[in-house]
Amino acid sequence: MIPGKFDYVRPSTVDEAVAALVAGGDDAKVLGGGQSLMPVLRLRMGEPSVIVDTTRIDEMKGITDAGDAVVIGAGVTHDDVAKNALVREHLALLAMTTEHVADRQIRHRGTMGGAMAHADPAGDQPPVALAMGASFTIAGPSGRRTVSAADFFVDYFTTAVGPDEVLVNVTFPKHTGWGAHYEKFNRTAQAWAIVGVAATVRMDGGSIAEARIGLTNMGPGPVRASGVEAALVGASTLEAIAAAAEHAAEGTSPNSDIHAEAEYREHLARVLTRRAVAQAAGL
Amino acid sequence: MHHISVTVDGTRYEADVEPRTLLVHWLREGLGKVGTVVGCDTSNCGACTVLLDGSSVKSCSVLAVQADGSEITTIQGLSAGDDWHPVQAAFKECHGLQCGYCTPGMVMSAVDLLAENPNPTEDEIRDGLHGNLCRCTGYHNIVKSVQYAADLMGGTK
Ligand SMILES: Cc1cc2nc3c(=O)[nH]c(=O)nc-3n(C[C@H](O)[C@H](O)[C@H](O)COP(=O)(O)OP(=O)(O)OC[C@H]3O[C@@H](n4cnc5c(N)ncnc54)[C@H](O)[C@@H]3O)c2cc1C
Ligand code: FES
Ligand code: FES
Repeated sequence: MIPGKFDYVRPSTVDEAVAALVAGGDDAKVLGGGQSLMPVLRLRMGEPSVIVDTTRIDEMKGITDAGDAVVIGAGVTHDDVAKNALVREHLALLAMTTEHVADRQIRHRGTMGGAMAHADPAGDQPPVALAMGASFTIAGPSGRRTVSAADFFVDYFTTAVGPDEVLVNVTFPKHTGWGAHYEKFNRTAQAWAIVGVAATVRMDGGSIAEARIGLTNMGPGPVRASGVEAALVGASTLEAIAAAAEHAAEGTSPNSDIHAEAEYREHLARVLTRRAVAQAAGL
Repeated sequence: MHHISVTVDGTRYEADVEPRTLLVHWLREGLGKVGTVVGCDTSNCGACTVLLDGSSVKSCSVLAVQADGSEITTIQGLSAGDDWHPVQAAFKECHGLQCGYCTPGMVMSAVDLLAENPNPTEDEIRDGLHGNLCRCTGYHNIVKSVQYAADLMGGTK
């Protein structure tokens, strides 16, 4: 279908984008890669009056080394994130999950900022941001603010980004040398995860010293499997990992839908956590 | 209306487009490039795949205004006259199509994949064509076509 009518502006700075959103009022909408927004427009599930295209804002397009962290511009495409040398060296888990997003065409257009701001509970990257303790720079009419991942993801498709705000970048603390693995359970013809488990671990000798585990599609937003993380400390055998993985569904609230019952999702979370951690730990 | 200037299949076009015009609609209805087709409303099928500045994209999920200043290759820009692109030749040779509706997108995705990975394994081909759906072939001959094209482009066949 053809989208409804809208005005289109293509700012070249973040300030201009915010000004355009303010001028556009409640019905103005940011356009990132468009890989979630375009289907919404085509199906006329949304009819914004103004589209603010952020794809040509230079400040939002870089990946930079900030010492103990890597800063990824909201406009960087999935393909560029997954192939970036800094990301691959310091954020192996993010590189792996990003490689699993959708398909080649969508990864060429879809962006870091769009994936985070869209906050689909089935999204692959938000749980990584949550588990790794990422922080978000948001620009609005009254300036810029930084929000932690724990406060960023609010509910189904809802984040801390207000209607007149732009997500500028996401800062991920480096996890250099950590083992990483992503287990994504999905139907062959569809990329979206039924459940996904992203795990990264720091090994000390032969045992796990620290672990970070993020779950996809186990609640209204990304979920951090804190119980598993705590239980993994000191684990050095597959049996110990399996025991820790039993905590994976604790505190989660997955949906039942045509793809899976909630109970089955809980089962998947435990099984996939065991597999992801074993791989990440090299055990 | 917004003025755009886009190079499509080697020719530069100037046009005024409504912001809501999808790139695929401009290609088909504005330029008559009907080789690129629409198969869905959900960005799933990949039938509309073109190369935008050298990378595959679903042209139903990009606005025509967003293509301003860029270079696009459609299925109609692949061959040089009667000399087919090796991927096109391979789809013919290996019977990589039945009804042919998915084919323009499949070919463009295969071209994009082979540019990055000239020698893909079967798994890499299946993963690389993940964004393209075919309702006829069961994919078997499509995979064979891409393998054959890889050989042709490596010059061993
Ligand atoms: C067929 C298909 C399969 C997919 N499979 C997967 C998958 O397996 N895993 C997965 O994780 N994702 C998947 N996706 C989604 C894809 O990854 C999208 O790219 C992503 O969710 C949105 O990014 P985008 O840049 O395209 O955002 P857009 O579509 O441009 O925008 C999405 C939303 O975010 C807002 N937004 C975008 N950028 C900003 C910003 N900088 N500041 C404030 N708000 C902003 C927009 O206003 C809009 O509400 C799939 C999409 C499709 C169509
Ligand atoms: S028409 Fe189906 S993905 Fe573009
Ligand atoms: S050949 Fe008919 S859809 Fe692929």
